[in-house]
Amino acid sequence: MNTNSMPATSASALRARNMHIFYGNFRAVRDINLDIPRQKITALIGPSGCGKSTVLRSFNRMNDLVPGARVEGEVLFKGRNLYSPEVDVVEVRRAVGMVFQKPNPFPKSIYDNIAFGPQINGWKGSKAELDALVEQCLLRAALWNEVKDKLKQSALGLSGGQQQRLCIARALAIEPEIILMDEPCSALDPISTLKIEELMFDLRRHYTIVIVTHNMQQAARASDHTAFFMIDADRAGTLVEYSETNQLFTNPKHRRTEEYITGRFG
Amino acid sequence: MSTEHADLASISKLPTDAAFSRNIAWRRRIGAFWRGVLLLSLVIALLGLTLLLYKIVDSTFGYVALEYRRPPAELLDNRSLAEVSQAELVAILQNNVSAGRFRKLDREAPIAERSKDEVYTLLLEEVARQRVVRSWTLTDSIFRRAAIEQAMRDTYEDATLEFRSWLSWSFLNTPMSSRSDFAGVRTAILGSLWMIGLTILVAFPLGVGAAIYLEEYAGRNRLNRIIQTNINNLGGVPSIIYGMLGLSIFVRALNVVTSGRVAGLDNDNGRTILAAALTMALLVLPLIIINAQEAIRAVPSSLRQASLALGATQWQTIWHHVLPLAFPGILTGNILAMSRAIGETAPLIVVGASTYIVTDPDGPFARFTALPILIYNWTSQPQEEFRKIAAAAIMVLLLMLLSLNSVAIILRNRFRRSL
Repeated sequence: MNTNSMPATSASALRARNMHIFYGNFRAVRDINLDIPRQKITALIGPSGCGKSTVLRSFNRMNDLVPGARVEGEVLFKGRNLYSPEVDVVEVRRAVGMVFQKPNPFPKSIYDNIAFGPQINGWKGSKAELDALVEQCLLRAALWNEVKDKLKQSALGLSGGQQQRLCIARALAIEPEIILMDEPCSALDPISTLKIEELMFDLRRHYTIVIVTHNMQQAARASDHTAFFMIDADRAGTLVEYSETNQLFTNPKHRRTEEYITGRFG
Repeated sequence: MSTEHADLASISKLPTDAAFSRNIAWRRRIGAFWRGVLLLSLVIALLGLTLLLYKIVDSTFGYVALEYRRPPAELLDNRSLAEVSQAELVAILQNNVSAGRFRKLDREAPIAERSKDEVYTLLLEEVARQRVVRSWTLTDSIFRRAAIEQAMRDTYEDATLEFRSWLSWSFLNTPMSSRSDFAGVRTAILGSLWMIGLTILVAFPLGVGAAIYLEEYAGRNRLNRIIQTNINNLGGVPSIIYGMLGLSIFVRALNVVTSGRVAGLDNDNGRTILAAALTMALLVLPLIIINAQEAIRAVPSSLRQASLALGATQWQTIWHHVLPLAFPGILTGNILAMSRAIGETAPLIVVGASTYIVTDPDGPFARFTALPILIYNWTSQPQEEFRKIAAAAIMVLLLMLLSLNSVAIILRNRFRRSL
C-alpha cells in the first residue's frame, strides 16, 4: 500500500522503510513505510491489536526488550538505520525519548526523576547548572509552578496528570529530538488530558512528537498528521492511510478509514 | 453478532425467594465452618509455641540444692560478699589451694587481674567445692514449695536451698566447663557469631549476584531453566548432606585454605570456623538466591522501561532502580538465611565443630564450637543440671537470633522509608 500521501520527505525526522516486525514467527506488523515530519505531531490510530504501539516502540528500539522480537527493514534517523549493528541502542534512546501509557515516575524525589537522565548520560555541568536544567524541563512540561516548592518530595505524591507531565519533563531532560507517547492520556481524567494536549502543542516548537492514541477526538484535535493502522487477513498490522489529520478525518481515501473514524467498527 | 437472544428467565435455574434464603443460610454456614477451622489451626500453632517457650523458661529458672565441702560463709569468716575485697578473696584462694594449682590458674589468666565475681566463682569451684545435688523446675519452685522444703529436710540435710537463674551474666561470660554449674557459653556465642558473620560475608554477595544474573541477564534457554530448577531443589536438600559436602571439600580438599596454611599459619586441621562458614554459606545460598530473585522480579517492569527509555544501560537500570527497590526484599531473604544458619546443627557436627573447647576463637582459622552444638551436647548428658543449662543456652540462642534479626529488620525498614 504505497498509495498514501506522504508529507514532504525533506523535513522528516524518522523514516520507516519496508519495516516488518515479528514476535517469534508471528508477523505483527507488515511492510510499513512511514515518514514522521519534523516538529509536528503525528498520531497513530487504529483498533486494538493493529500494531500501532509496536510501530511506535520500534522507533526507539523498546521492542528489543521483548524476547523474540525482530525488526526487518529500516528505520532511518538522520540518514542512519536505527537497527544497523553499529548503532548503539543507548544512543537511539537518548535521541528518541518515550512517555508511557501509565505514568511511571521513579520512586524518588521530583528533582531526582529529572536529574537521573542527564546524570547517567554523563552530565558534565555543575550542581547549579543541573538545577537550572531541572527547572527548565519542569517549565517546559508546564509543571514548574505546581512543584517548585516540593522538588525534594517523592514523585509518587503527585496526581496522575502531574506524574505524566513529570514523565514528559524527565524525557525532555536528555534533550531528545523525538518524543514518543504511547497513549499518554489513557489513564488520566479529562482535565489532565487537556493539559497534556496543550503541552504537546507547546513542545511541537522544539520536538517531533509521535503519539499513539485510542481516542479519535484526541487524534483529530491534537495532531498534524494521522496514520491509520489495521490488521490484514494474516492478522498483521498494516498502514492503511496516512495523511494530514484534517484531510484524514474529513475526507478519508479508504473505506476502512472512513468506517473506523465514523465509529462503524473498531 | 448472534441475532436470537433466548429469554434468560425461561432457562434460569437459579432458586427463588424462600429457596434462595435457605441457600444463602447454607453458604454462610459453610463459610463459618471454614473460618472456625482456620482459627483452630492458629490456636494450635500458638499453643505449640507457648508450650515450647514454657518448657525453656521452666527449666532455666528454679530452686537448686547446693552442697559444699566447705561452706562459703566459713571461708569468708561469716562476712557477706560485699564486705570482702577482691584482694582478700585472692588471699583466701591462695591459702586454700595447693601452690601448683594456684600457679596453673594464674597461668590461664592472672588471678590478680580477674574481677571480684570471677575470683569468688573460682573460690566456690576450687575451695568450697560447690555442687548442685538437686534442681527443681520453675513451676515446682513456685507451686510446690512445701514439697521442696520437705525434700530438703529429708534428703539433703547438709545442702542449702537457693533460687537460681541458670541464665546469668557469668553463664554468658564463662567458657565451657565439664561441670554444669560452672559451665558457660562464651566460646559458643563467639563461635556462632564468627561463623554467621563469615557465612553472610560469603553467601550474601554470591547469592545476590547470582539472583541478579538469573533475573536480569540470563536468557530463557534450556540450560538456564535447568540451573533454576536445581537451585530450587538445592533449597530442599537435607542439611547433613551439606555437612558431608563441606567435610570433603572444605575440610579435606581445600585443607590448605581452611586450615590457614595459605595465610602462613602452622596448622593442618581444616575443622575451622572458615570451613564451617563456607559450608553454611553453601547451605543458605539457595535461600538467598530464591528470595533475591523474587524481590527483583517484584520490581515493576514499567520502571525498568522508564530507565532504559532515558538511555540508561542495563547495568545502570539495575544499579539505580532495580536494586534499591528490591533491597528490602533481599534483606528479608538474608534474615531467613541467617536464622537458618545460626540454628543448623547437623552440618557443624559433620564438619567438626568441637564439643569441648575453652579458648575463645581468635579468627577464621580457629577451632570452635557453636551454640547448637553445645545445646545438642548438653541435652545428651545424663545429669539433670545439664538440661537446665541447655535450656539457658537455648534462650541465649533465641535472644541472639532475635537481636540479629531485629538489626536486619531495622535496616530494611530504614531502606523502605528512604524510597
